[in-house]
Amino acid sequence: MFRSVLEGSAAAPDMMVVVNGVETPAWNGETVASVLLRVPNAGRISPVSGKPRLPYCQMGVCFDCLAVVDGIASTQGCLVPVKPGMRIDIQRGPREIAR
Amino acid sequence: MTYDVLIVGAGPAGMSAAVQLSRDGLAVAVVDEQPAPGGQIWRGVERNMSGPVSRALGADYRKGLALVEAFRASKAEYMPETQVWQIEEGWSVFLTSGGRARRVSARIVLLATGAQERPVPFPGWTLPGVMTVGAAQILLKSGGMLPEGRVWIAGAGPLPLLYATQALDLGGRLAGYLDTAGRPGLAVLQKLPGAWRDLAGLAKGAGWLRALRRKVDIVRDVKDLRAEGEGRLEHIEWSRHGKRQRVEADVLLVHEGVVPRIHETLALGCAHDWRAGQGYFAPRLGRWGEASRSGLFVAGDAGGIGGWSAAMVSGEIAALGIAARLGKGGDVEERRRQARLDDRRARALALRPLLDALYPPLRERLPDETIVCRCEEVTAGTIRAVTRTSVPDPNAVKAATRCGMGPCQGRQCGYTVQALLAEVHGVPVGSVAFFNIRPPLKPITLAEIASLEDMETAG
Ligand SMILES: Cc1cc2nc3c(=O)[nH]c(=O)nc-3n(C[C@H](O)[C@H](O)[C@H](O)COP(=O)(O)OP(=O)(O)OC[C@H]3O[C@@H](n4cnc5c(N)ncnc54)[C@H](O)[C@@H]3O)c2cc1C
Ligand code: FES
Repeated sequence: MFRSVLEGSAAAPDMMVVVNGVETPAWNGETVASVLLRVPNAGRISPVSGKPRLPYCQMGVCFDCLAVVDGIASTQGCLVPVKPGMRIDIQRGPREIAR
Repeated sequence: MTYDVLIVGAGPAGMSAAVQLSRDGLAVAVVDEQPAPGGQIWRGVERNMSGPVSRALGADYRKGLALVEAFRASKAEYMPETQVWQIEEGWSVFLTSGGRARRVSARIVLLATGAQERPVPFPGWTLPGVMTVGAAQILLKSGGMLPEGRVWIAGAGPLPLLYATQALDLGGRLAGYLDTAGRPGLAVLQKLPGAWRDLAGLAKGAGWLRALRRKVDIVRDVKDLRAEGEGRLEHIEWSRHGKRQRVEADVLLVHEGVVPRIHETLALGCAHDWRAGQGYFAPRLGRWGEASRSGLFVAGDAGGIGGWSAAMVSGEIAALGIAARLGKGGDVEERRRQARLDDRRARALALRPLLDALYPPLRERLPDETIVCRCEEVTAGTIRAVTRTSVPDPNAVKAATRCGMGPCQGRQCGYTVQALLAEVHGVPVGSVAFFNIRPPLKPITLAEIASLEDMETAG
């Protein structure tokens, strides 16, 4: 759905991350939410309807970018920059909320 | 640690205030949930100073580097990737960063939290493939991402045009542009002077809209937008002059203007006013940007949408007011005159009425099946049904339907619920309140609360 302007150019990706167990190229400056838009079946599943969602706002106000990042569930992916080797897994359940 | 001033937001407003307050000798901390300073307009500006993305983002974008550098060079302590989730009068501010929570104290709090895009629900807006124009622009600024496939833009105002120009410059392709603005329409944007002209189109002068038209099919007077697909966006549909049209689509980017971020001031019980011309609530502010809670200041778009240059001026004004409150800063009235802050602000805001006219208020009846609350998936029909038998109070809708109770806490559905209540009860929109907002401002996890307790026992 999205690609980097650098993708396909001679330059190698800046790093690899692991999305649902699959090695995936990633670029400096992008966030977990931007990776979710490039990889099929990585977006969260709505706990209400069971339907798939993808990041909508990229600025922290919709919560459709929730993912399990390096084992931590319910991470707001659009606020977390990618790091080499980062593990990103699909979020299926609701967010654990202390309220 | 106790700071003199804790600033939330490292955009044009927050950085301007931080630079000036530190020069006046005050101990300042600046918290921002983004990984680098710049706010919305100058997101990623330090990283994007060279290469194709920098050229496409334009001159206004590169202008941000000077302020970011002054901010980095200042004595203000900067805490990136850190979210504020609770503010208590006195002032205690609760932060979370990397899964750990902590609390800091400050004598004054300045909210420079900026704006968010106005959520505009329509049938199918929760489908993967539908997102906001602002989101697409953020992806461009932070990683150089462009949308692929059949990409449609639907919306009004300058940001979609700016983004379309930027994406096309980088070799992106757009299938079409659906203009939902009606009158006065896009052409008026060519007449914008000053900073807003840069926002509206990167090419100075009148040629850019024609250039855009050559590359993209622009459809005027679009109404009743709808997105369809199984598991992801496949088609979009709209009506124009009474006729339905339907096309295939992979990505749909929508935008209907921006509104101030008010959850922080709402949670603190500050007075807010309904701005009918703009269709949003804004905190009521004094001459120096102070809210109705003493010691709480607001600057930039969080206090009412004005754009980046007005945000910088209001940051400087708030900084003077704060310095005076803390017994520093000398003769702040004189400094305000010397720096001609009020003139500069008036000039920066001169274009607002024209821009406001470009964003029409919601004039279409939302179909009953439209999801209003993205988190709890409550539809317009459900809200209408509940509302018919209750008072026009969004909190009653929340209690009855869970609408607004999900993690976004009404950031996506608040204004829609307000409009639906006004519609059903036949009252002016401004007479209906926003949801009551209670802390935490962002849902935080049990593990984060536990880490806060650990720290407090240790400290
Ligand atoms: C998505 C989007 C894109 C935009 N693009 C442009 C553009 O290209 N050109 C233009 O002229 N204008 C643009 N604008 C308009 C923009 O709002 C203003 O021009 C300008 O950025 C306002 O400056 P500010 O300092 O008031 O707020 P902002 O620049 O929005 O800065 C606010 C900062 O506060 C932080 N923040 C908010 N809440 C919290 C919290 N709870 N905890 C921690 N940090 C927090 C945010 O991360 C952000 O960095 C855009 C607005 C949006 C919403
Ligand atoms: S994409 Fe909306 S909160 Fe992250």
